[in-house]
Amino acid sequence: MSIVSWVVAVLLFLGVFFFAIGAIGILRFPDFYSRLHAAGKCDALASTLALVAIALFNVRDFDWTLFQSWDNLRVSLKILLIILFVYVATPAATHAITKAAFIVGIEPWEKRKRNR
Amino acid sequence: MARIVTFFIMLVFWVLISGMFDAFHLGVGVICCLLVAIFSHDLLFYGHPDLLWVRDIFKVLAYFPWLFYQIVLSSLEITYIVLHPRMLEIIDPRLVRFRTRLRNTMARVTLAQSITLTPGTITVNMSGNEFTVYALTQKAAEGLPGEMETRIARALERE
Repeated sequence: MSIVSWVVAVLLFLGVFFFAIGAIGILRFPDFYSRLHAAGKCDALASTLALVAIALFNVRDFDWTLFQSWDNLRVSLKILLIILFVYVATPAATHAITKAAFIVGIEPWEKRKRNR
Repeated sequence: MARIVTFFIMLVFWVLISGMFDAFHLGVGVICCLLVAIFSHDLLFYGHPDLLWVRDIFKVLAYFPWLFYQIVLSSLEITYIVLHPRMLEIIDPRLVRFRTRLRNTMARVTLAQSITLTPGTITVNMSGNEFTVYALTQKAAEGLPGEMETRIARALERE
């Protein structure tokens, strides 16, 4: 395997790892708000890693004399653009859900509630 | 000026996305970009005086690597919390309210987005200059608004 393949494999593995952490977090956290942390956050890093891996894999054997290679490079740039859109969309969605839950009046889990 | 710059940015974007270089597709692209540039030229450079935006774009680009570094750092922290056997003892969720000194609307939205992007904190509400943030741990709560606000102020505010 070439170096690029190894880099792609490592990046994909890390991406899957952080997605898994997000899933485990959804299961383990105590209330709605903290679950949103796990759901909306690790995804930002995980999808970045996975998308960079895909973009790299797409241009793994780049040859500047071939038109096909330049077309692949363009597709890779598009994939990188997805990262930007994810970064804009994910926090907005998380924020919207949190705010909705807050308006509806879901009580946050608190540690010191019992002591008060 | 804003119209022309918007037009060219849209055109580059169109060519990048479509990848078709024949007359028909380029023509459609030019028409679409013209329409977008005429109708919404004030969206991209909201409230910016002409030509100062070039400097601003570079400042924003300089902010992104730091944001990504923060995302990586705090993702690792969330990973630690999630995988900790006695997780409920570590986390201590709380609501934090603070006032920002950012005046620019764009800078405020960027701050809200950045807070939500970095794990451990979610922006619940933003009204005027008051932010309500839900923090997962005490450490995350103490870090607010902190360095992030300074960096955004440097990137997006004009003195």
